[in-house]
Amino acid sequence: MAESLSAERAAYLKSRARRKTWVLLMQIVLLASVILLWELAARRRWIDPFITSSPSRIFRTLTNLHASGDLFRHLGVSCVETVAGFALGTLAGTAIAVLLWWFPTLSRVLQPYLVVLNSLPKTALGPIFIVWIGAGPAAIIAMTLAISLIVTILEVYNGFLAVDPGKINLMKTLGAGRGQTLFKLVMPANAATFLSAVKVNVGLSWVGVIMGEFLVSRAGLGYLIVYGSQVFKMDLVMATVVLLLIAATAMYQGVAMLEKAIKKHVGGIA
Amino acid sequence: MIVEIEGVRKVYQSPDGEIGALQDISFSIEEGEFISIVGPSGCGKSTLLSIIAGLEKPSAGVIRVDGEKSRGVNPKIGYMPQKDELFPWRTIWQNVTLGLEVHRQMDQEHQAFVRRLLARYGLAQFMDCVPSQLSGGMRQRCALIRTLATGPRILLLDEPFSALDYQTRLSVAGDIHRIIRQEGKTAILVTHDISEAVSMSDRVAVLSARPGKLKCIQDLSELHALSPMRRREHAHFHRYFNDIWKELELCG
Repeated sequence: MAESLSAERAAYLKSRARRKTWVLLMQIVLLASVILLWELAARRRWIDPFITSSPSRIFRTLTNLHASGDLFRHLGVSCVETVAGFALGTLAGTAIAVLLWWFPTLSRVLQPYLVVLNSLPKTALGPIFIVWIGAGPAAIIAMTLAISLIVTILEVYNGFLAVDPGKINLMKTLGAGRGQTLFKLVMPANAATFLSAVKVNVGLSWVGVIMGEFLVSRAGLGYLIVYGSQVFKMDLVMATVVLLLIAATAMYQGVAMLEKAIKKHVGGIA
Repeated sequence: MIVEIEGVRKVYQSPDGEIGALQDISFSIEEGEFISIVGPSGCGKSTLLSIIAGLEKPSAGVIRVDGEKSRGVNPKIGYMPQKDELFPWRTIWQNVTLGLEVHRQMDQEHQAFVRRLLARYGLAQFMDCVPSQLSGGMRQRCALIRTLATGPRILLLDEPFSALDYQTRLSVAGDIHRIIRQEGKTAILVTHDISEAVSMSDRVAVLSARPGKLKCIQDLSELHALSPMRRREHAHFHRYFNDIWKELELCG
């Protein structure tokens, strides 16, 4: 790597760097113009800020929320519910996928039911959870679990089935039982599958949490949005959406970073 | 006789019907012998190896190992697959000791044995590498050491060189042959490559097209003392090659 670069290589690297900077610049300009245009339109009364809100009003709302201590309370409630939801969804989904892999007949029996449940819009079950579990965080977590569970089962189970049959045979000839094959081959071969399931579940959990909070809660971002729209405080609704955007992105990026770190650590992940 | 194959027959059942894979195969293998099984593709030679390995059950017939009827996977038998099947998330050391882990034999004595094997066959300095850092030939040697680690007396080799390019295949075949001889193992090699069979084995069993029947067994004991490379230069190499070739031709 230390040798001097050829002129062609240097030119290539330079043009690559320039293109990257250019794209980043355009992205910032795009965001800034949308915010500015929105603010300008609201101030000039081209649009009614009572309905559309405006960046400055959103900012003021956020500051007030923070001053009253509500911001982190609501944010915290939603984040905890989301994390609980995707952690439970991933763990329970994986456990069920292991059962299906262990007992192929069970998987054959359950196949049509999984397909049907997978196509059911899980949000329709919300009211049922509320009646069964009661209006509270437990019902919201049940909601997120319902959304992420079936997808996780199917994805992880398919990952298990995709393990190279040659390697399965190798484990058999080494005298491995089903448990050893699971822990020494099938699980590690699916490290990437677990990570992608977690990534998908983070997104699905947010859907479940917001849906659940719409229905029952007295706290959380979903509650703020519903409350804001009911009392026609569009500033509050918009501010919460912005907050949600930041929280969901941060969580997704966190998982993506975790994935990167694990891949680096483990090296040759499948 | 370390392995006896008696009247082995295999029929695969499927919703569309039956497929006969093997028909009345009988022969036996002596301790320390290197035997190859050749035949046209789809003749069931890999099936026969799977049956000896205990991965599949024969429809009829028995396999005896050391005079004992074989039931399922047998620790006296080591199996070397077509591809090296090294696990990419494990280091070379963790790969070659996989069998010891499975048998719960990760004690000092067994670990020292595997270390000696790695050192003897030029892989000691790659212990902490991951498989992708090794060449195809080195990976195949690791696969053999993984098989030898649990101390089997019989090695089953299922076209272990077919995934390698020609150049590498010749040198790896030489390495594997030498290792098997040095460790004093009995070996059963399945291959579709006649020259590979002639260059490595003491006897060659020729199977017919499906359902595979044993056509003949060619004796090559004259070449026993020679390495695969030397054998390829031997005056009788082509005669043996042609004899087996003709037998296969007759199978159609």
